[in-house]
Amino acid sequence: MNEADNRLMHWKSTKRLMIITLSLWVFFSFVVHWFAGALNAFSFMGFPLGFYMAAQGSEVAFVIIIFWFARTQHKIDQQYGFAEEE
Amino acid sequence: MFKGDFIENLPKIYGTYTGGFLLFVILMAILEQMGVGADAIGILFVAFTVFIYAAIGWLSRTMEVGAYYVAGRQVPTVFNGMATAADWMSGASFVAMAGGIYFGGHGYLAFVVGWTGGYILVASLMAPYLRKFGCYTVPDFIGTRYGGKVSRFCAVVILVVASFTYVTAQINATGTIAARALQIPFEVGVWFGLLGILLCSMLGGMRAVTWTQVAQYIVLIIAYLVPVFWMSNKQGFGLIPQLVYGDAVSRITELEQLHGLGTLEAVSGAAGGLKALTVPYAAAGEGALASWKFVTLVLCMMAGTASLPHILMRYFTTPSVKAARQSVAWSLFFIFLLYSTAPALATFVKLQILDPTLATSLIGKTITEVNALEWVQKWSNVGFLQIIDANGDGVLQLNEFFMRGDIVVLATPEIAGLPYVISGLVAAGGMAAAMSTADGLLLAIANALSHDLYYKIIDPNAETRKRLLVARALLLAIGAAGAFVASLKLTSILGAVAWAFDFACSGLLFPIVLGIWWKRANRQGAIAGMIGGFVAGTWYLYMVRFAGMDPWIGIDHLRFGIIGMPVSLVCMIVVSLMTPEPDAEIQAMVDDTRVPSGKTVIEAQTAK
Repeated sequence: MNEADNRLMHWKSTKRLMIITLSLWVFFSFVVHWFAGALNAFSFMGFPLGFYMAAQGSEVAFVIIIFWFARTQHKIDQQYGFAEEE
Repeated sequence: MFKGDFIENLPKIYGTYTGGFLLFVILMAILEQMGVGADAIGILFVAFTVFIYAAIGWLSRTMEVGAYYVAGRQVPTVFNGMATAADWMSGASFVAMAGGIYFGGHGYLAFVVGWTGGYILVASLMAPYLRKFGCYTVPDFIGTRYGGKVSRFCAVVILVVASFTYVTAQINATGTIAARALQIPFEVGVWFGLLGILLCSMLGGMRAVTWTQVAQYIVLIIAYLVPVFWMSNKQGFGLIPQLVYGDAVSRITELEQLHGLGTLEAVSGAAGGLKALTVPYAAAGEGALASWKFVTLVLCMMAGTASLPHILMRYFTTPSVKAARQSVAWSLFFIFLLYSTAPALATFVKLQILDPTLATSLIGKTITEVNALEWVQKWSNVGFLQIIDANGDGVLQLNEFFMRGDIVVLATPEIAGLPYVISGLVAAGGMAAAMSTADGLLLAIANALSHDLYYKIIDPNAETRKRLLVARALLLAIGAAGAFVASLKLTSILGAVAWAFDFACSGLLFPIVLGIWWKRANRQGAIAGMIGGFVAGTWYLYMVRFAGMDPWIGIDHLRFGIIGMPVSLVCMIVVSLMTPEPDAEIQAMVDDTRVPSGKTVIEAQTAK
């Protein structure tokens, strides 16, 4: 594979990861909270679920997503030989 | 001490520092037992911590450009995460957030969601690429990527407006806390706060700010968590407050019905800034408009997070692109520690005030009983709390009890009956939160003016020494201007904070993101995007807030980014497509930005 193709593939993988990450982000930032009223009918650890997602659930999800993203992107960089030398 | 092996020794240095701070807290507790007054302890707490920050600022002084602007690009991920968290969490987060949740319930939690999730945008769209670019400031990126002085100048203007709106609120907060802890007038407190802030940043720029922010994070997180954990355990709510307040939330919903929330008539006559509870806690607003208002606020705060230069520039200081990415993750983790605690704190305070089965309850007791409580007297005296027996029955009702949101954090130790040393700790934490954010903001403004306006636009031949002197003079001047505006007390703390996010996302979000992700974006498009978004947003803010226009579908002055952002995006795309594409050199530059390895884009450019 030549250099230009390699860059192209790297960017393609990077874009795919970005889209997956942002889809998860949209779900936990907007979709869940749009339906907060309906979710409140369910209970989680004693919380009404809609309230829980805003107070803690989404935030936990964000922390997990962001560490997962950092790891995955680094793997992509390594795979195509663009990772930095330590 | 700050040379060579300093970086390797960081865990040891800050470990010792944390231990030293805890020893100081214990010493204060001993002094309290020996009969030293509460006022003296408050003064010692604030004075001692501010002195430590100033000492760190002095030790980090530098005359090197790289150290001044980007801390020599050698800040390890976890420490940069802590520094960013302190940079991020303002006096408003520390003092006002729990109070906001207390009064606003579910609707206010949009701020908590918005101020955390924005970091996903920072990590996936921005920070690693800006780090690879190798710029000193955000306008430096805009100016280099798009070329030309006009684009750089537009970015500087937006940065200054957004950050200045924010910094006055922070200086205001340092003034309030310093005034209360040191028993000096507010106007003097503002200048004292500014002095502390400048001591941290003036001599060492980004390097000094980085190491003081790490120190400030440690103080503020201890100061926020200790009282909440202590209260939770003392009052028997549970070992880990964040995990056990679910039942309390449900219980509050029952109590709201018991106390007749929503059926009581509003009582007038409370002093400005004091509120009674009127909004149900856990219930989400009904209908599509309520959901719309929630998600639009979330979106503005998140997009603002990803556009605020004082946050983005923290990731210019990491040793590598990979480190920048990880560092964003650590930032969010450290922020999460505080933001997941605020709703727990709000819930417990609310339960303690409302629940008649608890000894601490107020609502439903006789007014004489309530007025006899020491903490009620203390906070009434300073105008933070007010009781109006509107129906004259001598019993306190929900609509007759008024307080300021700040009390939730500031009075927790007293409501729960913790020793005074904890109140002193909380004051020191609030001071650390406000100072660290003010530091970052002032530096962002001064750096943009000195690097982008002075060096890149006005005098490109200026020598290093002169550039750094100009940078410091600007820091001083902007700090003084901020303190002056703060002393006028123009807006409430939170109104101004939300505006900064809206200004930033209206003008800067798309020019930065598309500069990386869309090769076709060119200078004309970026300028149109910055001006269009910023002007549209500002116009809407003016119309809704000051000219009496009715907000469109619930988009009030806190959410004006919802107007600015789409205008910015459309202007940028349309104008870019109508004008020639960027030249091959710029396109190659974008390609280089997208891969982590190799020299930074700016280095590669200057090497040519």
